[in-house]
Amino acid sequence: MSTPMLGWKELPMGAVAFISSKEYPTGEWAVFQPKIDESKCIKCGLCWMYCPDSAYRWDGENVPVPSLEHCKGCGICATECPTKAIEMVRV
Amino acid sequence: METVWRPNIKELARREMETRPVESGHRLCAGCGAGIVIRQIAMAARKPLVWLNATGCVEVATTIFPYSSWNIPWAHNAFENAAAVGSGVEAARNKLARVNRFSNDPDIDLDYDVVVVGGDGGTYDIGLQAISGAFERGHKLMYVLYDNEAYMNTGIQRSGGTPFGARTTTTPVGKVIKGKPLFKKPIVDIIVAHQIPYAATVSPAYWNDALIKFRKGLEADGPSFIHAFSTCPLGWGSNPEDTIKIMKLAVETCVFPLYEVVEGEYKLTGPSIAIAKNPAKKRPVEEYLKLQGRFRHMFKPGNEWMIEKFQEWVDKQWEMLLKKAGY
Ligand code: SF4
Ligand code: SF4
Repeated sequence: MSTPMLGWKELPMGAVAFISSKEYPTGEWAVFQPKIDESKCIKCGLCWMYCPDSAYRWDGENVPVPSLEHCKGCGICATECPTKAIEMVRV
Repeated sequence: METVWRPNIKELARREMETRPVESGHRLCAGCGAGIVIRQIAMAARKPLVWLNATGCVEVATTIFPYSSWNIPWAHNAFENAAAVGSGVEAARNKLARVNRFSNDPDIDLDYDVVVVGGDGGTYDIGLQAISGAFERGHKLMYVLYDNEAYMNTGIQRSGGTPFGARTTTTPVGKVIKGKPLFKKPIVDIIVAHQIPYAATVSPAYWNDALIKFRKGLEADGPSFIHAFSTCPLGWGSNPEDTIKIMKLAVETCVFPLYEVVEGEYKLTGPSIAIAKNPAKKRPVEEYLKLQGRFRHMFKPGNEWMIEKFQEWVDKQWEMLLKKAGY
């Protein structure tokens, strides 16, 4: 063997995932992403509740804000919005 | 008994924004129902959680090295031993608390709840023995089954949770065999036979009902089991935006009725109560089946018997449930 074996201190970290997945831009998967018409939004929060990607941030007061960096464009929020305030637009 | 918790969606949203228990950027498919299930479990928790995850879509997609989507203590376990690891964590916690091991350490809080999460493969099939053992020993943990009705992360192979007629890669549709020839295993009844304090079915679409049940499960006096319905756009051949719609139709057609079993007593909840009181509200299974590519062959001429057989099975299960719930 020409390459010497690494000691345990030199080995890269394994078995433990150590970078937050928020660094991973799943928004790149999306073909369409939500755009909210603020005048139609009644702030019910259903878009926030049903997003499988925790993409929405909602303070409970204002219009929820989707993180387009992570939104995969599934369209659940637009389908479930009771006032049809969300439009899926091509990105 | 304390009064029933009423989840406040605004408070939940504020709390999630601060704590972000399940972070964005995981690699679950667009429109995956499991992404909603796991968020709702975290929303319902009052105490800190220790989360053990069997192999499955959630595990694979949320921890692709070196990324992790978890801002809570989380560990991956094999398909077969997630409930056993949950038992060990719970037993160790009790022991450390009993001997006051960390009573002087302000950084260590032993007052947490243990949740074990597995898919249908890890629950109906491979992990069943460990679950049965954990429930027999009476460990205080909540086991959540997110049921997407096949081994999805390995390529859509049928499981004990796959319904009749569904096309999977191991139950393909051909001239002789048309999808899975067998029916779903009655997993909740099998679990209830262990005489645990709490079991329930949840559909994330009925989020209020789901959150209340997750909390009851976490705070039950002993083991609890939650069977969560989890739409899978990839494996079911459904449109990602229809995920919630399908979850609702499953309840409205009684394919997946909502109920809880408290100390062995069956009680319907949510829309299932309304259907029990007014059977005219029960919708035909076609409405549920037709949104999913895995059942497409059932709508071909000559295969009408398949829809009838599916409907018969649903009716029979529903009748049995009604009887158990005292209707
Ligand atoms: S389109 Fe899907 S992923 Fe994007 S914000 Fe809406 S629900 Fe979330
Ligand atoms: S679902 Fe629609 S109405 Fe409700 S908060 Fe979201 S955008 Fe506003």
